[in-house]
Amino acid sequence: MNPVAPNNTPRKPHHAIDIRALGRAPVSAADNAGMVTCLETKNLNLYYGAARALINVNVTIPRNRVTAFIGPSGCGKSTLLRCFNRMNDLVDICRIDGKVLLDDSDIYERSVRVAELRRRVGMVFQKPNPFPKSIFENVAYGLRIMGVNDKKILMETVERALRSAALWDEVKDRLDSSGLGLSGGQQQRLVIARAIALEPEVLLLDEPCSALDPIATARIEELMYELKDRYTIVIVTHSMQQAARVSDFTAFMHLGEMVEFNDTDTLFTNPVEKRTSDYITGRFG
Amino acid sequence: MKDWIKSGAPWIWMTAGALALSLVMVFGVLWLTAARGLTHFWPAQVAETTFIEKNGSKIRLIGEIREREEVAVRRLVEAGFNIPGDDKFTTRYLIKLGNRDIHGFDFKWYPAPLLGEITYPGDLLTVERREWGNFYGHLQAVKEDGKVVARGAAAMPELEKRVERARALFDEIYRTEKHDIGRINHRLEQLRLQERKLQLQGKLTEAEKQSIERQREAANAEFGQIQERLEQLRREIGRDSLSAEVMDGRVVDVPLAKVADTYHANAMGMAGKIGFYARKLYAFISEDPREANTEGGIFPAIFGTVMMVILMSIMVMPLGVIAAVYMREYAGKGLMIRIIRIAVNNLAGVPSIVYGVFGLGFFIYFLGGNIDALFFPEALPAPTFGSPGILWASLTLAILTLPVVIVATEEGLSRVPLSLREGSLALGATKAETLWRTVLPMTAPAIMTGLILAVARAAGETAPLMLVGVVKLAPNLPLDGYFPYFHLERQFMHLGFHIYDVGFQSPNVEAARPLVYATALLLVIVIVVLNLAAVSLRNRLRENLRGLEGI
Repeated sequence: MNPVAPNNTPRKPHHAIDIRALGRAPVSAADNAGMVTCLETKNLNLYYGAARALINVNVTIPRNRVTAFIGPSGCGKSTLLRCFNRMNDLVDICRIDGKVLLDDSDIYERSVRVAELRRRVGMVFQKPNPFPKSIFENVAYGLRIMGVNDKKILMETVERALRSAALWDEVKDRLDSSGLGLSGGQQQRLVIARAIALEPEVLLLDEPCSALDPIATARIEELMYELKDRYTIVIVTHSMQQAARVSDFTAFMHLGEMVEFNDTDTLFTNPVEKRTSDYITGRFG
Repeated sequence: MKDWIKSGAPWIWMTAGALALSLVMVFGVLWLTAARGLTHFWPAQVAETTFIEKNGSKIRLIGEIREREEVAVRRLVEAGFNIPGDDKFTTRYLIKLGNRDIHGFDFKWYPAPLLGEITYPGDLLTVERREWGNFYGHLQAVKEDGKVVARGAAAMPELEKRVERARALFDEIYRTEKHDIGRINHRLEQLRLQERKLQLQGKLTEAEKQSIERQREAANAEFGQIQERLEQLRREIGRDSLSAEVMDGRVVDVPLAKVADTYHANAMGMAGKIGFYARKLYAFISEDPREANTEGGIFPAIFGTVMMVILMSIMVMPLGVIAAVYMREYAGKGLMIRIIRIAVNNLAGVPSIVYGVFGLGFFIYFLGGNIDALFFPEALPAPTFGSPGILWASLTLAILTLPVVIVATEEGLSRVPLSLREGSLALGATKAETLWRTVLPMTAPAIMTGLILAVARAAGETAPLMLVGVVKLAPNLPLDGYFPYFHLERQFMHLGFHIYDVGFQSPNVEAARPLVYATALLLVIVIVVLNLAAVSLRNRLRENLRGLEGI
C-alpha cells in the first residue's frame, strides 16, 4: 500500500501521515484519561490446525472510542476481530488459548451463550450482506430472533436504528422493498442499522468500506464518528488514511503479532517500533 | 477448409443441429399425438357404398372410412379377392362398420377396385350407444312400447325429443345408483363394522345389538324404497326405441335406454360440427369411461393422476429437504457421509419397477397389514390399508423421486453464500434459526427445481403403480362426500396406465386407438400444467432474491 496515494475523499483531502490536516481535533491525552476498558485480550493465541495465526496478543480496547487495527494482508487483524464475537467458532480447525475479556468476564467461558454474546458484540462485514428480505425485515431480524413480534416495538426500533445509521431519510418510503435493491453504501449502512437495532455494546467493523466508493466511504466514516458516543467501535482497515481519519486508537499488527498499540496521533506521527514506521511510510506492506 | 474447422464454425453448426433435431423430435411427438388424438372427436362422415364379395355377390356397406393404405394386388388376389385390371398396387380402405352386435365385427379392410361409388347420404344416422359401440343406419321410425309413433320425416324431431328424455332418466338412474344406494351401502357397512368392533372388544351388549339391528332395518327399508323407484325409472327409460335399416337391409330396433347420442354427421354444417367437437372434447375430459374404457371420458384418470402427484409432492418435499439439510449442514464431511451421498445419487437410477416391488412388499403388505391389524381389526379379513391404494402409490413415488429433491436441495444449500450465514449468526441467531429464517427461504427456488423434476418423473411413471394402487377401472374417486372425504386407501385410475390398458388390453383396439393418442396428449398436458404451476411459483420465489449473486 502506498501511504502517499491521493485519497479520493472530497471532504477531507490529506495524506496519511499528515494527521494534523484532519478536519477534527485529535484525541488529546486529557480525553483518554477517564477511559474505561471494554474489551481486553490476555496472551491470546489462535491456531488454524498447526498454523499459529495470533501470537500472544495483548490489547486493551477502551469504551466509547474507535479503535482501528491496521497491518498488511494476512497479519491476523480480521482473525483478532472475529475473536471478539467468537465468529471463529464456525471454523472447525480453529483453536484458541488465552483470554478475551468483555467487561472483565471471559467470553470463552463454557457458561457463555454465544448467541447472547453476539447480540452484545455486533459485527459488520467486508461486503454488504443484507438478507434477501425487505429493508424493514432486515433491520428487525435480530429482534425477531429474540422473539419480539410486537409490530409497534419493531417499528420504533427499526426507525431508531435506521436514523442512527443515517439511512432513514433515504428509505423511509420504501421499507417494504427489498434490501438488495439499495446501493452498496446504503446496503452497508443497512447492515450497520441491523447491528445497532440490537443495541450492542461493541460494534466490530471488518473492512466495512473496502467494497464502497469514496462518497459512500465518507458517509460510513462520518457515521462511525457519530456512533462512538454510544458504542465501542473496533474497525479493521486496509487503509491507513481511514484509520487515521476515524480512529482514536490504532493497533498495528504484523504476522500475528500486536506490534504497536497507541493513540492514533502518536502511532502515526511518532511510532516506537521500526516495523510500524516502515509500514506507515510505505517501505513494506 | 482447415481454417473453417479452426474457426469453430463447424462446432456451432453441430451444436445447433443437435438442438434442431431435438426440437423436431419433441414437436413431432406432440404433433403426432395431437393429430391422431384430437381428430377423433370431429364428427366423422358416414359413407354408403357397395362392395363385390369374394363370391361375386354385391353388398351394401355403411360406415366411416378410417384409413387408407397402398397394398400389393398379388396379396389381395392370394387372399381370394377378384381384382380387375393389371395394376401392381392398389388402395384399400379401413371402414368402421359399427353395429358390432349385428355384424360381429367393427372394422374391416376393403380393396378400392371392388367398391362402388361412395356417397354420403344426409339421412344416415349415427347412434352412439352405451353398449356395443356405434350404430349406423337409415332411421325408419320411433316406437313407444313397440308401437310406432312417428315415421319418415317426422321421425327425427320425435327421436331427438325422446333421446333427451331418455338421457335425463339415465342421469337420474345413475345418480340414484351412485349416491342414494352408495349412501345406504356405506351406512350398512359402517353398521357392520361397528358391530364387529364391539364384538371384538367383547362389548357387544344385547341393547347395542338391537340398536344396530334397528338401524340396519331402517337402512334396508330405505334401500327397498330406492330399489322400487329405480325399477320404475328403468321401466320408463325402456319405453322408447328407434328402428333403423342397417346395411344388409334388415330393420333393427335400438332401445333408447342404451343411446348416448344421435346425429346426422353428413348433414351437419360447420358451426354444428364445431359445437359437436367442443361437446365431445369436454365429455372426454369430464366424464367417466364406459365400455371397458374404450368409450366415454377419462376424468377419473386425470383426477387420479393429479391427486397422486400432489400427494407425492406433499410427502417428498419435507422428507427430501430435511434429509438434504442434515447432509449438507449438520453431518460431518467424513467417509460415511460421502458414501451416503453416492448412494442417494444412485437411488435415482434404480429401475422404477423395483420401487414398485418394494412398495408392494414393504408399504402394502407390511405397513398396511400392520395398520389394518392395529386400527381396522373389525374389517378383517378384508384389507383397508393392506391393499394397493393411492396412499401407497404416492409414497412409493415419493421414495422414487426422493434423490432428485435431495440433490437439488443440497445444490441450493451450497449456493447460499457464507456471508449471509455469518450475517445472521452475528445478529445472535443460532444455527437452526439461521437455517430456518435465512438459508431455507433462499434455497426455496432450488427446492422447487427439485420438485419440478420430481413431478415430471412421477406423473409419467406407470410400471410401479401397477403394483401399488392403479387399476383399470376404479368405482369411486379417492375424494368424495363420505367421511373422512379423502380415502387414501382407495385404488385409483391413472393416465399412464389408462393408455396402456386402452391401447393393449382392450377388446376393440382399432376403435380405441384414437383414444390412446388423445389420452397420451392429455397426459403430456397434465404434466406441462403441473410443471408450469411449479415453475411460476419458483419464479415468484426467485423474484425475492434478485440482486443476489450466484443464486
